[in-house]
Amino acid sequence: MNHTSGGLQLAGITKRFGSFTAVDSVDLEVRPGEIHCLLGENGAGKSTLMNVLYGLLKPDEGQIVIDGSPQNFTNPRQAMAAGIGMVHQHFMLVDPFTVAENLMLGREGGFVLAKDAARQRVRELGERYTMPVDPDAVIEDLPVGVQQRVEILKALANDAQYLVFDEPTAVLTPQEIDDLMAVMDRLRSEGRAIVFITHKLREVRAVADRITVMRRGRIVGQAAPTASEAELAEMMVGRAIDLRVAKEAAAPGEPRLVVTGLKVANTAGGIVVDGVDFDVRAGETLCIAGVQGNGQSELVDALLGNVTPLEGTVTLDGTDITRATPRQTIDAGMGFVPEDREADGFVAPFTIAENLVLNRSNQAPFAHGLALDLAEIDRNAVALREEFDIRAQSVHDPISSLSGGNKQKVVLARELSRPLSVLIASQPTRGVDVGAIEFLHRRIVSERDKGTAVLLVSTELDEVEALADRVLVMYRGRVVGIVSPDTPREVLGLMMAGVPLEDAQGAPRPGKEENHG
Amino acid sequence: MAEEPADDARRAALRDRGRRWATTAGSILLALLVGAVLMIVSDPDVISQYAYLFTAPQLALGASWTKVAGAYSALLAGAVGSPAALAATAWQAAPLIAAGLGVGIAFRAGLFNIGAQGQAIWGSIAAAYVGFAWSLPPVVHLLVAVVAGVLFGAVWGGIVGLIKAKTGAHEVIVTIMMNFIAASSLAWLLLTPAFLRPGRIDPLAPPIQPSAAFPVIYGQLHVGFLVALVAAAIVWWLMERSTIGFAIRAVGSNASAAATAGMNVAGTTMVTMAISGALAGLAGVMYALGPGANAVATPLSLGLVGSVGFDALTVALLGRSRPVGTVLAGLLFGGLHSGGLAMQSLAQTPLTLSTVLQALIVLFVAAPAIVSALIPKVRAPRRPALVGGEA
Repeated sequence: MNHTSGGLQLAGITKRFGSFTAVDSVDLEVRPGEIHCLLGENGAGKSTLMNVLYGLLKPDEGQIVIDGSPQNFTNPRQAMAAGIGMVHQHFMLVDPFTVAENLMLGREGGFVLAKDAARQRVRELGERYTMPVDPDAVIEDLPVGVQQRVEILKALANDAQYLVFDEPTAVLTPQEIDDLMAVMDRLRSEGRAIVFITHKLREVRAVADRITVMRRGRIVGQAAPTASEAELAEMMVGRAIDLRVAKEAAAPGEPRLVVTGLKVANTAGGIVVDGVDFDVRAGETLCIAGVQGNGQSELVDALLGNVTPLEGTVTLDGTDITRATPRQTIDAGMGFVPEDREADGFVAPFTIAENLVLNRSNQAPFAHGLALDLAEIDRNAVALREEFDIRAQSVHDPISSLSGGNKQKVVLARELSRPLSVLIASQPTRGVDVGAIEFLHRRIVSERDKGTAVLLVSTELDEVEALADRVLVMYRGRVVGIVSPDTPREVLGLMMAGVPLEDAQGAPRPGKEENHG
Repeated sequence: MAEEPADDARRAALRDRGRRWATTAGSILLALLVGAVLMIVSDPDVISQYAYLFTAPQLALGASWTKVAGAYSALLAGAVGSPAALAATAWQAAPLIAAGLGVGIAFRAGLFNIGAQGQAIWGSIAAAYVGFAWSLPPVVHLLVAVVAGVLFGAVWGGIVGLIKAKTGAHEVIVTIMMNFIAASSLAWLLLTPAFLRPGRIDPLAPPIQPSAAFPVIYGQLHVGFLVALVAAAIVWWLMERSTIGFAIRAVGSNASAAATAGMNVAGTTMVTMAISGALAGLAGVMYALGPGANAVATPLSLGLVGSVGFDALTVALLGRSRPVGTVLAGLLFGGLHSGGLAMQSLAQTPLTLSTVLQALIVLFVAAPAIVSALIPKVRAPRRPALVGGEA
């Protein structure tokens, strides 16, 4: 309000792809010194809008005005020169290069590389924003959170006044999210403006000064950070959303999946799962909580049979499946929702129908001998599309044409379309919009209620609290403890950092100051 | 970025298909233009006329026109100008189609089978040996010879799959080495008593018995061509309608997802390489058992299969690894071969020009941006991908 002439205005921006209008006459104003949240489901047009701002896409209509002067970007270089910086969701870093080298990219200048200057710049910027990064570290060796810092430093090295953070928290641990929020706070207090794109409601309320909600390419309204999560969700989705998962208390039966003394090595030979014991009973959901990279991925890979464990045993309904192949574990009744659905969950150029039978393509009723039964594959697909509300015009469309949430519905539909003994789901709602999360959660709960043992791996405490009947906390390949889902968040957070339950309950909440609720 | 709705995706796919056809046609046109330039600059008589380009341009242009028109009409006549020419084209196309199908099936599993040459060589060795050394009743003899050739090709390709699956060795390296081994094996075998023609000391095997040769249909057109078409139909069914093809396409598009869904990636690799080798072996069989212009099959010798394994790569690329495309590409390149022979004898233009045309066509298809830059009406497809990935 106090800056009337300054700031960034997007006026009447429209962007079409063919007959599809991704962004429909959107007006947006961003003022210096504010964090402006752009909230919306996947596919609402947030990223498209920001790509227009960053010069990656040319708008069909509308205008960008910065500090009173109209702009006409045709490439990111021009946008950068005008003071716009972008922290991409998928980092634009050269992995084998060092931090300093990445900072130099695109402005190498003369013939001789000014490496020392770049190193110096990394240190200066790092100190100024308390984001220390070793300028000589190679990107691919750095944790994701630090890689993101490098992305931010790159934008700051350009002295960007308007910073766009595109879904910055999707890849971060809770602690890293806290750090990021602190950085955003400092940038704001320096008078820079931040556009924070997200679909996570909790974060929005924590840092935003103003909230703009987008739905289907249009702005559907503004909200104050004081708005409740339910109100924001309703604006995003266009209907009332129940954020809580309605579920009955579990009625656990016999143990179905029993894991004893499991040890798994990664490809480099390091022990990443170190003597893990647990069981999952019929009709209960056991959640594995933990910061990403503490052995959860390797654990479920070993359970599926993609990796052979070094030691220990795994039994499913009493049958030893320790050394079984994925084919054998799948046939034994294991449903598997992989953590990285793009990489492991489906075959992108395949149709929805083909992906729905990916793990049963050579079995009846979808195959007779060598021949595929295309009619049966179609019938299956049409039925599952209906049952799982997969938003697709035709089951013969490639799955790559679907949104993230619908892709995940295909994966879950495939796994739940046969009788299961155990369902293993890793990060089942990562990158999935609110409406689909609600649906996926309901389906997982109803599978539990059918008597299937459900093992859920999640790094999101919201999800753990919503679904778990018991919570197993993993840290550095070991089980820190198995606790009830009512355990306070602070205690769970400490356990995720490796503090045993008794100590975690006793200790006052240590660590840095919280800057958000 | 926002997803486009599915009907847009479908329309885009259709548009891409149209653009691919346009690109292919444009590529052929451009290749012919470049070929024309090459003919003009490489002919001293024509180029000497260019000294008078400004005083008497009709001399230079006339000579160029005569040269190019003469050569291309000979090419066309030799490829499709008469029933005999068509038959010759079919003769050339049969092995190209077979080996092209083999390379294409490997492409779709994400494998680069550079070893079709070696697999074809083994196919020709086995078929020829059965053809000249064994005496069997008429139809049986041919069948056994064909099966032997296909089997040896499958084994030679399967070995590559086995090595890759067990050790992780890259199939490109392995197949290149296997090509050397196959070529050297042939050279050695031809000098052993089992293969040496009685009374000869040069590497030439005895002629195959008529009972093992593909029956002639018309001119050079023989039953082997029909076998190639049947093979294309089988490959289509295998890839689109069978569980094996489903697994091959899944592994080729996303091996990691295929493994997570319980598919045996190593096993699929082996099966694919064996099928690929079998089809390349069939190409070798065509050369060993296909009657030539004199209605007799050429006896096994060092260069019998020519460079079919490498030509097959271009056929599969142009045919985008699809059976129908491969048949069409095989016919096109077969026509270039047979037409090239006519061009050489009638228009004194070297046969190598048809090889150059073949290479140029594939080059332009692989780099559609060149075509759309030179022929503005032709828009490049969004995904120029020639191999794999498209499932």
